Amino acid sequence: MNAYMPYVLCTVLFCIGIYAILSKKNIIKIILGVVIAEYAVNLFLVLVAYKAGGRAAIFSETEVIYPESMVDPLPHALVLTSIVIGLATTAFLIALAIRLYGKYGTFDVTRMRELRG
Amino acid sequence: MSKEHEHGMTVIVKTVTRLTVGLIFLYGIYIILHGHLTPGGGFAGGVIIALSFMNLDLAFGGSVSAKVFSKGSTGVVEALGAVMFLALALIGLRYGGFFDNFLHPDGDPGQLVSAGIIPLENIAISLKVGAGLFGIFLTLIVLQKFESEKK
Amino acid sequence: MIELYVLLGLMIAGAIIAIEVKNLLSAVVAVGIVGLGLSVIFLLLKAPDVAITQIVVEIAAVILLIRATLHREIALKSCGSRPFGALMGIIFLGLAVIAAFATFSSGLSPFGEPLMTVSSFYPMNAISGTGATNVVTSVILDYRAYDTLGEATVLFTAVIGVLTVMRSVGKKKEEDLQENNE
Repeated sequence: MNAYMPYVLCTVLFCIGIYAILSKKNIIKIILGVVIAEYAVNLFLVLVAYKAGGRAAIFSETEVIYPESMVDPLPHALVLTSIVIGLATTAFLIALAIRLYGKYGTFDVTRMRELRG
Repeated sequence: MSKEHEHGMTVIVKTVTRLTVGLIFLYGIYIILHGHLTPGGGFAGGVIIALSFMNLDLAFGGSVSAKVFSKGSTGVVEALGAVMFLALALIGLRYGGFFDNFLHPDGDPGQLVSAGIIPLENIAISLKVGAGLFGIFLTLIVLQKFESEKK
Repeated sequence: MIELYVLLGLMIAGAIIAIEVKNLLSAVVAVGIVGLGLSVIFLLLKAPDVAITQIVVEIAAVILLIRATLHREIALKSCGSRPFGALMGIIFLGLAVIAAFATFSSGLSPFGEPLMTVSSFYPMNAISGTGATNVVTSVILDYRAYDTLGEATVLFTAVIGVLTVMRSVGKKKEEDLQENNE
């Protein structure tokens, strides 16, 4: 089971983020939960790509590097775009939170529901 | 105290920012231009350039960074990056397909001028990402000032 | 790979602190710990491109989150939790860990031995096909440039969304119109 241990720890990190989204009242804490879950997913993809004893996927002019010894470059490319999208969506969530604070005067999700209408 | 020191943070922060902000900007340009040779690329370099402007804004207050890069021009630069990226993709249609690397055998691998349209695409992406992030940052800050004036 | 486990433990501890601490500013700083630890892990896993992007994006995210929390008086209060949501969260956590064990031991290849049936094409052909020595860049901007186009679209949409949510000009114009009508 030791060979799957990093995946399991990564799942625990994801579950912490989901727990924050489901259970917290404060909207900033919910945003932090989204951010943590997103980090866990990115980490999982890069963990899958790792090859034991592998090299980074970059060729060099002065050194002969065999393509067989490289780690998998495809998940790296996908994660690279996913990180920037994550920042943009986090900024959007922050903008929504600031607007909600301006309208209701609180970050508490349950009190927002009471004040509606 | 001159008028410049009235807004923003203390003199220590401003002096250090004056020394380092150009270096951060140059590092971002380096990361973008060498994206096809070394780690980095348009995403990381664009965010670094946006961070250099954020540094200016946080240290000196909004009026100085608005002189360098205003909120209206962030939209223009972002749209320019998007149009440049799409134009590179569409020019490829003439040579073989969408996103065809039509400049490809243009230099030895490992040189700065190589890899066809990939460096140009890196520049387009960096314009888009950097201007977009700095626009978001400016928007969040301007609204905060608007709220504090209302109170 | 003992340092990987140490950093993962640090990230889990940082995540728990970020979620359970009362002060919102401390929570944001704890999320910064998680992101920077993630950046170092990317470097250990031989992904330098992703590590550079992660560290830079983390700094920008922490700046934006601190901007959202710093000047508000509520930074020190209202951190309760919903009991029903907490119960559902714990049930979900248990089910997810069980499913993860089952899936990882049956379907996924072990850590350190990736399945490279398709993606071994990219390192083999990157130099002759695109001329870029950085294989990740050649995948992003040549082989899979459609993904990057989609990413640019999503980023554009997010920026437009932020500008729309945060705008203050439209309301003023409506008020002026109402005043003129009256």
